[in-house]
Amino acid sequence: MFWTSYFLAVLAIALAWPVPILLSRAQWPARSPFTAMLLWQAIALAGGLSMIGAMLVYGLEPVGDNLMSGLRALAGMVFNNAPTTDLGFWHIFALSTAALLTAHLVFTLLLTYYKIQRQRRRHRELLDLLASPSSDGPRTMVLNVDSPVAYCLPGGARSVTVLSDGLMAALEPDELRAVLIHENAHLSQRHHLLLWAFAAWRQALPWLPTTRLAQESVNSLIEMLADDVALKTESKATLIKAIAIVASGSPATPAARLAFGEPGMSDADPSQPGATGGAGSAGTTASRVSRLLSPRPPLSEPLRAAVLACCALLLAVPTALLLVPGLLG
Amino acid sequence: MASLGELERAVMDLLWAGQEAATANTLRDLLAQSTHPQDGTAGHVGKDLAVTTVLTVLSRLERKGLVERERGTRPHRYQAVSSRADHTAELMHEVLGSAPDREAVLARFIGSVTDNEAETLRKLLGRN
Repeated sequence: MFWTSYFLAVLAIALAWPVPILLSRAQWPARSPFTAMLLWQAIALAGGLSMIGAMLVYGLEPVGDNLMSGLRALAGMVFNNAPTTDLGFWHIFALSTAALLTAHLVFTLLLTYYKIQRQRRRHRELLDLLASPSSDGPRTMVLNVDSPVAYCLPGGARSVTVLSDGLMAALEPDELRAVLIHENAHLSQRHHLLLWAFAAWRQALPWLPTTRLAQESVNSLIEMLADDVALKTESKATLIKAIAIVASGSPATPAARLAFGEPGMSDADPSQPGATGGAGSAGTTASRVSRLLSPRPPLSEPLRAAVLACCALLLAVPTALLLVPGLLG
Repeated sequence: MASLGELERAVMDLLWAGQEAATANTLRDLLAQSTHPQDGTAGHVGKDLAVTTVLTVLSRLERKGLVERERGTRPHRYQAVSSRADHTAELMHEVLGSAPDREAVLARFIGSVTDNEAETLRKLLGRN
């Protein structure tokens, strides 16, 4: 049982630091964004599982041969006042940390969900008053704003894609269609669930490099996935032109972002790429365009299978280490 | 008969256009005169509207924090909390914001762009 906790700890550290850094620098995710997205999800889930599992297994080591018997013994101590003398200070410390971390993660996930839903509801209420329905498609609204802006606001049956007057004026009909298909792809592929989960993870553990890298990569990958959907019906040149027009007319230069102010960011270290706000998302537009300009073939079938096998192993190994000894014993 | 959503919109349009606070009665009369933006038919939202309906709409808008009631006067007079432009700016602030917790609210076609990137893209378009 002891080596299990060490193995899980090593896995947790690997998934918290070197692995996400390597993956965020790798070139292949742009070639197979869907596979890369699965890998990020596996890393996040396995990272959390092994982090909590390592502490749990370490803390229960004196009272049980495996996780199951350890948890039974712990339940006895908590509910039946059985003596806790077997547990040393560090064991109790590890168990408390595991419990707190679990509660913190679940709580942050729910809190982020609530905050996002509230912001979306407010946004939707204002849209209903300020924007007018568009003739370009169902669930599409036009907002009277001069700069070219397009976005989608998820909300189940009330999901809506919003275009600005400036965007409609700047784009040709086929370019506008590419933008609409792109935004609708976000909605139909449920990208908001990924955005929510990774935003919550970053909120919960902002000091962990993996959470920022994961969120930025996921933000970038969903754009590539949506671009790929648009490319099925619109030409590459059309999409590139739409991206270039919207991006070059976009008001959100670093100066504009500073003027808008970001309460959560103001005290962050400006030398960190995340603190300027530009690194993740700015890199996104550049990598989207370069990916369209000089496309590279998707990962080969065996390589994709290997990545998927990695995802499966990442989830299976910590789960098996935690559960199998108890089931066998 | 217009839906509550359409009525809310029509009432807000009147309050944003008007200079001073209005009573529910005034708003009802204005709604009855209102013309359809496209075909110009009169009273498309407000024909035969009861004052209580206008009050319902106003209390919904008040709950959403969009209108405020002047205390002390009878009948109550209502006015918009912020201008249309301010509310549009509020939306744009949310759209253009790049704080991690805000990025998950909606998905933009183009995220934040740096000056360098915008420059490269303008060159790509052949504009300067």
